[in-house]
Amino acid sequence: MLKELADYFTYNIIQLEPGSRLADAIDFFIYDTIKIFFLLSVIIFVISIIRSYFPPEKTRRILSHKKEFMGNILAALLGIVTPFCSCSAVPLFIGFVEAGIPLGVTFSFLISSPMVNEIAVVLLFGLFGWKVTAIYIGAGLFVAIFGGLVIGKLKLEKWVEEYVYTFHNGQEYEITKQSFKERLRYAKNNTIDILKRVWLYILIAIGIGGFIHGYVPEDFLTHYAGKGNVFAVPVAVLIGVPLYANAAGVIPIVYALMEKGLSMGTVLAFMMAVTALSLPEMIILRKVLKIPLLSVFVGIMTVTIIAVGYLFNAIL
Amino acid sequence: MEIKVLGPGCPNCQQMEELIKKAVKELGFDAKIEKVTDMLEIMKYTMSTPGLVVNGKLKHSGKPLPSLEKVKELLRQENV
Repeated sequence: MLKELADYFTYNIIQLEPGSRLADAIDFFIYDTIKIFFLLSVIIFVISIIRSYFPPEKTRRILSHKKEFMGNILAALLGIVTPFCSCSAVPLFIGFVEAGIPLGVTFSFLISSPMVNEIAVVLLFGLFGWKVTAIYIGAGLFVAIFGGLVIGKLKLEKWVEEYVYTFHNGQEYEITKQSFKERLRYAKNNTIDILKRVWLYILIAIGIGGFIHGYVPEDFLTHYAGKGNVFAVPVAVLIGVPLYANAAGVIPIVYALMEKGLSMGTVLAFMMAVTALSLPEMIILRKVLKIPLLSVFVGIMTVTIIAVGYLFNAIL
Repeated sequence: MEIKVLGPGCPNCQQMEELIKKAVKELGFDAKIEKVTDMLEIMKYTMSTPGLVVNGKLKHSGKPLPSLEKVKELLRQENV
């Protein structure tokens, strides 16, 4: 139905010639815009309701009695549903340490939380379909669990800033009780909040995507970024790191590039680098982590993400 | 009334402070507003910033920010 609506607008209202590049680009733009904004509103609303049941205080309580491995798996899963913005990374980290949560388990949480975020999930689902979305979430969980386990095994506690260990609150944080009506209001506010923040990026990105779709020749990237090029994955990861928090603006462009020959593993690796490895987050984490631990963290993430990229290029 | 705004200085925290100042002004309350940026001090109350503490009690924490009306309501609850 959306397709017909976009077609109607392109060919009947602004009367572009079917099959022309401009018509193609505009049709693509309208169709994707309506679809993405519809999905964003509905899915973020539902995810927000689920999230209202998992405030960071509760997550801390759940993880505080867990051993490694099971703890890593649980932390990676909770990372998806616990609402958390990168500016809360420091208090969260200190709170987790105080609750006796192992360092590796804390990292599993810190890795999965930004990587499997709602905006990335919605855009992937809307543009690539549920299979790719499932693969992305699965691979993201794997990177979070594996990365956390390795950091735990390396015993790097000495490279956490000392003041973190001096904090003793000695009491559980209060978890405010919410009625279902309050949760609905929270979900509504959160959805509006997120839409306000990302709509412009998404529009611009879908616009660029539409342009690529209509004007860039097929197979344009096959030679440079197809499966055959071993450097495609690492280069994609290097490009992805500085593109902070703009999963919203990056995914529609990546989608259009995939039609032109970018391979799936490279796409996955690129998106993980964009969401999970960002400079501002490194700067925030520097407040609690000393340079060696921060470097180990970035190193492990980079290597694991590149490995995931190669793996999916090989099997898909 | 003693009000503390908890936040390390991110845009959300600044917005929260503006919101509280506006609410206090509109309500005409006599309140002392203190900005708390020290992480360990913040963590005595909550792990999710920004936070609002009134007379030692945590009234709001985390995102999204409350509306102006909600802030007024929270302040009125502590105005005895």
